[in-house]
Amino acid sequence: MGAGHDDHHHSPDPHGRALRLGIGGPVGSGKTALTAALCRALGETLRLAVVTNDIYTTEDADFLRKAGVLDPERIAAVQTGCCPHTAIRDDIAANLDAVESLEERFGPLDLVIVESGGDNLTATFSRGLADRQIFVLDVSGGDKVPRKGGPGVTAADLLVVNKIDLAPMVGADLTVMSRDAAAVREGRPVLFTSVRQEPEAHAVAEWVLGVVHAWAREAGRDHGPQPGHESGHESGREPVPSTAPRPATTAAPPPGR
Amino acid sequence: MGVPAANAALLLLTDSRLPAGGHGHSGGAEAAVSSGVVRDLTTLAAFLRGRLAASGRVAACLAAAACALGTAGPAAAGRPDEDHPAGWAGLDAEADARTASPAQREASRVQGRLLLRTARRIWPSPVLDELARAVPSGAHHPVALGAAAGAAGCAPGEAALAAAYAALTGPATAAVRLLGLDPVAVHRLLADLAPDLERIASAAAAPPDLAAASTWAGLPAHAAPALDLLAERHLRAELRLFVS
Repeated sequence: MGAGHDDHHHSPDPHGRALRLGIGGPVGSGKTALTAALCRALGETLRLAVVTNDIYTTEDADFLRKAGVLDPERIAAVQTGCCPHTAIRDDIAANLDAVESLEERFGPLDLVIVESGGDNLTATFSRGLADRQIFVLDVSGGDKVPRKGGPGVTAADLLVVNKIDLAPMVGADLTVMSRDAAAVREGRPVLFTSVRQEPEAHAVAEWVLGVVHAWAREAGRDHGPQPGHESGHESGREPVPSTAPRPATTAAPPPGR
Repeated sequence: MGVPAANAALLLLTDSRLPAGGHGHSGGAEAAVSSGVVRDLTTLAAFLRGRLAASGRVAACLAAAACALGTAGPAAAGRPDEDHPAGWAGLDAEADARTASPAQREASRVQGRLLLRTARRIWPSPVLDELARAVPSGAHHPVALGAAAGAAGCAPGEAALAAAYAALTGPATAAVRLLGLDPVAVHRLLADLAPDLERIASAAAAPPDLAAASTWAGLPAHAAPALDLLAERHLRAELRLFVS
């Protein structure tokens, strides 16, 4: 991304720090479930930590801890004072502090996920906080949501449409959602999932692995076994595989109608 | 009123849009709302008056001292020397001693740390670097605010005004969000308190040698036990929208 280096100069170790991945989207669309899925799918191969933002304080962090997908110590909760969008966009200080505290404590890390509190369609992450961002919608909000656009839908690096198993029940047409999203996203990817049916969300995990690879190459990381350095077998640590552990199945392009 | 004319940096420093984490703190207002102490404009006014008279005044004095320490020269802000034996760690300890509740201490340090990280990027200064080094866990908010004000070119009276103002606006905004109060009516309350802010800032900047550790022990140490209790209760609340 062009936003690159200027945004990262304040990081304590710009060449060694993890990719910061923001996950945003409306209330109830499945952000926490997706975060848990990514921890399940990638927790063995990437050095991970998670920051949750939720007005209900520790609720999301508790969900992740109970899911047993990540060492609870590696999950930090940030309170946003009734303003989840402020904490990821206008005033990112508390989130940056949480990310850097996790990196200091557990680093070096490959990936830090910052999960936003549920918000509206206009909420996006500041480039000062997130290097890449995923916006999560679900079909039950109606198949018109992608058409409405908004910065989350149009500009996120990846748009995830979740709960596709519910589409027939709520009368959502996935073809319409796919077409409308493509129209406003200028070629940026869209993935359709049902995290409930596929708890590891393989297609999304594969996309995340791809950006972690690219980030590692871009940042020219020069210490330790690094993702993207396919020759990094000399240490005990497995290099990051170039594809997700299992091939994507249900997270395929939307069914045609 | 003895307070120097405000400069533009002071406006930036006190703007609620300053990206320094302040929006996540309610200054005890959330706990006061949960417990029923604050429920309308009248009770909010009483809460704000009490907060300003106690922790607001102490914060103003600490901020003025920090501003003086930071602007009195590198020796003052740096490692202890003969004239200034305590430096940043000493002033921070004075703030610590005036903050009885562990929950309030933690909230103050977190806000101080976030403010300092933001201020160091906006107004880069060896003085701020030294403060961050001297108190690695995060200086108390009034100390960080005073130091930042100094680095931004403000005088101690302005730093004090900023601290007293911050002591009011955080809880006032939180009450608007939590109770759905009329925001204009709440700002009217704040305007009514403006003369008190100026008086407190003036008094805070009055001592002649604010940069000297010998002055600090005599700084006001007003306590607000009810705020302490609210802060402790807040930390144990099942549902919290604000950090503090």
